[in-house]
Parts: sequence; structure tokens; C-alpha cells
Amino acid sequence: MSSHRKLQYSLAINEALRQMMEADRSVILIGQGVKSPWYVGNTAQDLLALFGDKRIIDTPVSENAVTGAAVGAAIAGMKPVVVHPRMDFMFFALDPIMNEAANWYYMNGGRASVPVVFWGIINRRGEQAAQHSQALHGIFAHVPGLKVVMPATAYDAKGLMVAAIQDPNPVVFVDERLLYSIEGPVPEEIYCVEIGKGCVRRVGNDVTIVAISLMVHEAMKAAEILETGGVAAEVIDLRTIKPIDKALILASVRKTGRLVVTDVGWRSFGVSAEIAALVAGEAFNALKAPIYRVALPDCPAPASSVLEEVYYPSAEDIVEAVNRVLKD
Amino acid sequence: MNYPKDLLEYLYRMMLRIRVCEESFVEHILNREVKTPCHLYSGEEAVAVGLCAALSKEDYIFGNHRSHGHFLAKGGSMKEMVAEIYCRAAGCSRGRGGSMHLIDTDVGMMGAAPIVAGTISLALGAALASVIRGDGRVAVSFFGDGATGEGVLYESLNFAALKNLPLIFACENNLYATHMPIKECRVDQPISKIAEPYGIEIYSEDGNDVMQVYEASREAVETCRAGEGPVFMEFKTYRYRGHVGPDDNIQGSHTDIRPQDEIALWMEKDPITRFERHVMERQLLDSGRIQHIKEEVTDEVREAQAFARKSPSPRQEDLTKYVFA
Repeated sequence: MSSHRKLQYSLAINEALRQMMEADRSVILIGQGVKSPWYVGNTAQDLLALFGDKRIIDTPVSENAVTGAAVGAAIAGMKPVVVHPRMDFMFFALDPIMNEAANWYYMNGGRASVPVVFWGIINRRGEQAAQHSQALHGIFAHVPGLKVVMPATAYDAKGLMVAAIQDPNPVVFVDERLLYSIEGPVPEEIYCVEIGKGCVRRVGNDVTIVAISLMVHEAMKAAEILETGGVAAEVIDLRTIKPIDKALILASVRKTGRLVVTDVGWRSFGVSAEIAALVAGEAFNALKAPIYRVALPDCPAPASSVLEEVYYPSAEDIVEAVNRVLKD
Repeated sequence: MNYPKDLLEYLYRMMLRIRVCEESFVEHILNREVKTPCHLYSGEEAVAVGLCAALSKEDYIFGNHRSHGHFLAKGGSMKEMVAEIYCRAAGCSRGRGGSMHLIDTDVGMMGAAPIVAGTISLALGAALASVIRGDGRVAVSFFGDGATGEGVLYESLNFAALKNLPLIFACENNLYATHMPIKECRVDQPISKIAEPYGIEIYSEDGNDVMQVYEASREAVETCRAGEGPVFMEFKTYRYRGHVGPDDNIQGSHTDIRPQDEIALWMEKDPITRFERHVMERQLLDSGRIQHIKEEVTDEVREAQAFARKSPSPRQEDLTKYVFA
């Protein structure tokens, strides 16, 4: 049975790209390092051999022009996926992403949509310091006109990449290199994970933990630890940052009355703040305790691995936050 | 040309310091004691050493991801650099920056950053500051052939030329942009030609010949000081190691696409052995002196390694110490 087949997260992305490129000749993959496993792991494995260098385009270091080219090709009817193997290098590409692609449909009165996927990989840890470790999803989610997805499992990695490619509008697909080696069931056929829909990874009545990307796995570990202490945590994997799955979050918080949000981004002015504001605004009466956030401190990524240990939050930090929420 | 003996010794010693220091990391990178991504400068020493020898201490340089050599050549402390590569509190960036963020503003090493072409416009700004203050300083931007793909290089060339800024665009062309041979990511035209439309002085030099680099750099610095900058300099050179780490065998996948005979050819043009041969054949330095310098450099590197490895990491409670907003 195809749904019992297991696949690596990175190979799930690879399969999504391959199947979508087979199915639709307008799909192309462009970006720095698409033929180098050092850049993109095995996500682009075999694609060059299968589809040729007209559709699998390794580029010079020209983030602005290459991303703009992807946007322009989308305007001209293609469905490009443009990859940035380190998100930190996307800053040179913010203009075509945030000024052009995000606004294009609205400012042209809905006359031209931009079916492009901006794929950025987070590369945290490894003493790589401030410019090789950043997670920029919160910045993209802030901009009207960009959808932002962040798969935490192999199944969602494939399903969200397919959905992102099929979407008529710009989608920012953010993954995390530390997730590439995890395995999970991935159906062989083409399928979509609906953009805008999160899911409950673990059911519980005592506290809601809303988690994103890598932090979903930390939240699941935390829930196991909490269970040994008799606490039943409900873990929500948001999967899509924008549009956010409001209904799912609110229903869970109305059930548990307590909320911990955990994000791979910085604490202030980001996704965790948005979720807290959403719940405070629409489920205030259900809350039995203040909302807690487990996210990166407001600090650039340090190089030292000793500092990395305290910089990146873990399951223990989530447990601690839940315990505080339960006391309040 | 006649050079004072101390200059020759300086050039030799500095190139050797960089080489021996770089190579001293190899075993520690392989055994994971050094975790920060190290883009080793071995093979390219003549560029940093020849150019920085033409600068004064007050002049500015800005580096990139591969800047261990720039830092040392400008006069940065080897102990502080090695400590930074071990991400220790005694490092030049206090363990926050690692290999790719080296700084020593006291000697004009203004910083380095791995965003490709990210520091070119910063060097532009330092040159602008020099002109506004009229202090005669020259700024140097070190970047690789890969950075010629970035638009900001051309924006900076135009602005620098428009304002006659004292800026040296120093392109270290080592023929590869990470995994890409230059022919796959650039039109097949000499890099030095990209500066032609701006009507500025252009040099295209053998980056493995420290005397040639030094001579050309002295002229370039003079041009800048005379208010006739900027200057564009291309140095053809070669890195002995992979893009990052000792080799290109990264993450279990062999990605080094460089032909073995190409590597061997460049090894024959090694900047240090060439210089050694040059000074010995002309009896400018004798073999006893060369040997003495080698021993001193070996000791210095050993001491720097020992200092770094025994010095403490930053304290975890100091994580946000340099955060101001």
C-alpha cells in the first residue's frame, strides 16, 4: 500500500518536484546549488538528468536577479520554484518577493497572478553564526500577498510543495535542514496538503501547544515528558503560517484554556506574537492562564556551540513553559 | 627591483603565517573540534599579503567568508583569530562570530561576512567616510569571483567612480564559486573587464606572485590617495582546499569537480615556494634565515592553537551580552 511507504523528508520534496515537473511542463526549478547536494541535500537528486538544464537551472550568485527572473517567468505563464539554500541569502531577493510578487495581483486589479514558489532553507546550528542560521518566515508572513508554509513531516513536505506549486499565487515554502533526515509515510501519488490547514498531532485536554516546523518535534517530545507527569498536552502542527488556521487554534484553546506557542523564529514581533494576539482577541474568555511563548531570544544567532545550546529552545523549555501555564 | 631585506622577510613571514595557521586547522576540523565553517585561504596568500603590505595600518579592509588571510595580513592577532575559530570568549568576535566574522578595527580590519558581495558596499561607505573627513585613508573590498554575479558590485563600481572614492575593488578570482567552475556561472570574459565602463584604473595580476601583487597594489593605493580612485584589481589565484573545510567531500557526497591535474598545476605555482625560490636564487635571503622564520612561524601557530584550545567558551549567561535592541 502506497500510504505505508516511508520516505525521507528531503526525498519527499524531491518526489514532489519530480512528479510536478513530469505532470506540468511549465514547472521549473531555479536557484543556486540545484545540482549540488552540498546546497540542497538530495532534494534535487536526479532532476537535472531527468529534465535537463533548461528546467533545472543552477545559477550564479545573483539572488535578486534570479528571484526576479522566477517572478517574471511566473508572470509569463511558467510555474517556477526558486530555491535559496540558505534563507539568509534571500535578503538580496526581498524586492522581487515582497515588492513585486506579493503585490502584483492586487496592484494590477487581479489581472495577473504570480504562480511562483519561493523556497528557503533554514540552516540553524553548526557554529555558523548570525548570517547562516536565520528563519525569516515571520518577515514573509507579515507581507500581504504571500502565503507561507512550513512542513514538519515528510508527508507534509511533499503535500505542501505540491500545493505550493499548484497555487496560482506566490507561496513561500520554508523548510529546515535538520528535518531532512527524518522519515515518515509518504504516498507515492501526487497529493496536496491544503494550504491554510494545520493539524492536531496529539490530542490532550490540559494545554494547547501550537508548534511550527522543527518545534513540532520538540513539542511532541515535551508532550511525552508531560504525560509522565499526568499532563495531557494537545499539540498543533500549524503547517501553514499564512493564512493561519484560526479555527483549529481557537477550538483547541477553547477546550484546554491554556496556550503555549513555540516558534523557530525570534520571539518579538513574529509568528508567536500573532498567535497570542489572535487567541487573546478571539478566545479571551476561554483562557485560564497567560499565554507563554517558546521561541528564539531576541538575539542574533551566536557562533559558539555553547551559546547555541541556550539560544535554541528545546522540549525541556516547552515543558517548563507548560508547567508555568498550568500553575497560573 | 631592489627591496629592503626586512620587506622581503615580512612578505615571506606573513604568507607563511597564513599558510601554517590555515593548515593547522585541518586535523581539528576533521575531528570536529572546530565546528564553525572554515573557508581556508591556503594557496591564495600572496593576494592578501601583497595588497595589505601596500596599505598603512589606518587603511580599511573588508573581508568575506574566506578572510583568515585578510585578517592576518592586515595585522590582526593570530591568537585572537584562532580563538574565534574555536568560538572562544577570547576570540576577536568573542565567540559570537566564528570563522566568517573576523574583526580587528585597531588595525583597519573592519569586518568580514559571508553574504556574497555583502561587504562591498560597506567598503564603499568606508571610502566615502574617508573622503568626507579628508583623512586620506584607502578602503579595500576583498571579494571572490562568485561575487561578480551580484548587482551590488556594479552599483558600488558606479557610485565609487562617480565620486572618485579611494576604494580598491580586490577580486580574488580562484576560478570557482562554491561548486561552480567560473565558466558555468559567468560569461567567458575576463573579470577585469567588468570595470571598463566606469573609466577607472584596472589591474589584472598573477595573484600567486606576491611581488607582482605588491607592486600593482602600491600603484593602486597611490591612485586612490591622489583622489583618482576607485581602482579595480583582479588577482588570479587558486584555493588548495574545498570551498569550505579541508576538502570538498562535504556531507558524505563528493562534490569536488576540480580536476586533479588542474590542482597539481596550481600547486606548482605555489606563492610561498615561488617566493622562496626567488629570494634564494637571488641571494636576497639565505636558507638559514628562511629556516629560522619557518621555525618561528611554526612556534607562533602552535602557541596560538594551544592558547585558543585552552581558553574558555563564552558563558551561557552572556548570550545576549551584545544585544542592544
